[in-house]
Amino acid sequence: MNNSDPNSVSMPDARTFDFDQFPDEHGRFGEFGGKYVAETLMEPIAELQAAYARFRADPDFVREFETDLRDFVGRPSAMYFAARMSEAYGAQIWFKREDLNHTGAHKINNAIGQALLAKRLGKTRIIAETGAGQHGVATATIAARLGLECVIYMGAEDIERQQPNVFRMKLLGATVVPVESGTRTLKDALNEAMRDWVTNVDNTFYIIGTVAGPHPYPQMVRDFQSVIGTEARAQMLEKTGRLPDAVVACVGGGSNAIGIFHAFLNDEHVALYGAEAGGDGVETGRHAAPLSVGRPGVLHGMRTYLMEDDDGQIIGTHSVSAGLDYPGVGPEHSWLKDLGRVNYTGITDAEAMSAFHDVMRFEGIIPALESAHAVAYAKKLAPLYGKDKILLVNMSGRGDKDINTVAKLEGINL
Amino acid sequence: MSRISPLFEQLRAQNRTALIPYITAGDPTPGATVGLMHALVAGGADAIELGVPFSDPMADGPVIAAAHERALRHQVGLRHILDMVQEFRQTNEITPVILMGYQNPIEAMGIGEFAERAQKAGVDGVLTVDLPPEEAHGAAKIYAAANIDPIFLIAPTTPVNRIKIIAELASGFVYYVSLKGVTGAQNLDTQALSARLHDIRHECALPVGVGFGIRDARTAKAVGQVADAVIMGSALVQIIAELGAGDSATLQQKVQAFMADVRRALDSQ
Repeated sequence: MNNSDPNSVSMPDARTFDFDQFPDEHGRFGEFGGKYVAETLMEPIAELQAAYARFRADPDFVREFETDLRDFVGRPSAMYFAARMSEAYGAQIWFKREDLNHTGAHKINNAIGQALLAKRLGKTRIIAETGAGQHGVATATIAARLGLECVIYMGAEDIERQQPNVFRMKLLGATVVPVESGTRTLKDALNEAMRDWVTNVDNTFYIIGTVAGPHPYPQMVRDFQSVIGTEARAQMLEKTGRLPDAVVACVGGGSNAIGIFHAFLNDEHVALYGAEAGGDGVETGRHAAPLSVGRPGVLHGMRTYLMEDDDGQIIGTHSVSAGLDYPGVGPEHSWLKDLGRVNYTGITDAEAMSAFHDVMRFEGIIPALESAHAVAYAKKLAPLYGKDKILLVNMSGRGDKDINTVAKLEGINL
Repeated sequence: MSRISPLFEQLRAQNRTALIPYITAGDPTPGATVGLMHALVAGGADAIELGVPFSDPMADGPVIAAAHERALRHQVGLRHILDMVQEFRQTNEITPVILMGYQNPIEAMGIGEFAERAQKAGVDGVLTVDLPPEEAHGAAKIYAAANIDPIFLIAPTTPVNRIKIIAELASGFVYYVSLKGVTGAQNLDTQALSARLHDIRHECALPVGVGFGIRDARTAKAVGQVADAVIMGSALVQIIAELGAGDSATLQQKVQAFMADVRRALDSQ
């Protein structure tokens, strides 16, 4: 089956369930998800699960979260018709403008939700992992606002390539800890944050930045990010009188994608597409596309698709975009892939770079390199859909942070 | 039945505490591991925990995480480790061997195939750090069918109802993590430990081994007064790290001497 053929898009054959009913009580999405953590964390995770269930249903908590999203983040984020890009690509292209959020990406939605939870649980110290630094900045931002101690774990290699974000976090009062183990990137930062959490679990709340990790994180992060799709669905109906034909998002860990997909999962005529980091091409081995070419395994507390070698060792990843440079993916995506509800494809660095320039020149918007992967996928889909069809792209973040990377790639010395 | 329960019965009859050292397979080199295992036994080890290196050892502290990285530089995988155990068994049929590691390398081999090959190689127990009882029902059955004991952790944060769940699934012994944190952490409070072991024994009839934070003969002795087994990892792995891949005879001597020192302390109580 050609993943890009709109006619091939269909719901799972026996759709006897409601997507909103997952994960189940064991934190599973089908065979994926679960709680694969050391015993020391099982009870803290059970407590978190219970607390989250309580606050999720607490109108005071929900009100506080929504107020912060409105007044601190600037939600709802805009729904924008990309007129010149639509003309060039051959379908109606719309952007959900998460790039306009405070701190420049969708990450802040989740960071606020979890930080408010931490505050209610009486935790005084926040830790987080970060890759490109967007989640680290978002976490440091909300920690500053709530007056909480904040420690960010970041791979030493990522620190070298993301200096501006490191400095931002420090200005916000966070301690940035370089992680020298393993591949010195995001996955190792996550390992180190887990080690901190298991040691300081009494006073510390671990804010995971994506829909990954042990249950309840994939559910909790999805819930906090699902505001993206809830808004987008209503905005699309209001502006066009109908639902989009397809929704496209980039997938690293997959939080912006789940965030925008979730409100559309039960709309069976809305096709969903996830753009993974294809790096130099999924056939080269230099990429970060576990859903495209990985296999199910266990890492970071969850069962999910992973990039691993024959011995089950996690292998190093490559992407031009640090935010997609992760060898695993949120378990709900693994499930949605196996169900056939979402089509996932690797988008190469070159395709993403080309889309990056398109967005700048056609629309006057600097997209994050992560989001440029989604635009590149939309570019491929547009001719298959045609002029009358609506493709909604999640513009998950802005690309100011990537200017140095782009310049370097093009041999320009800033 | 594996070699583990008979060992604990024998030690109980002799009123002795089991000494269980941990080393990472393939550290400092794949060729050194079997020799080190024999040296541990010669120094007084009653059973051996053999670490299976993993690229992402989330529950391990810096000392053991570094050992995993050293081993992985030699591309040591689970299949090589089963070969090492088989080689060890050629001259040692009695000392229990417990593999300790993470779930993903086991799943990469396939858990059924792993259990079968591990049994053939002479493995007695498997401790999978990131496989709590909630996720371990299938695995525990497969291991039991292969006469391999699934070893489970109990943590300071584990409430009584979870100890019961663990006790139902575990066999051989249970491993009490003596402090919150990762392997190699400091500051062991033996009084609190004693109270905690009392609670565990109330719910679980299996022998209780204690690990994390036991650094030397003195702490081993203190823990040995209340535990059925003393498990030492980081202190030993640190010796291996310091000596490195040089002279293997010297490394074996050092490791044996360290074990003997702990053994004497344990037996002098």
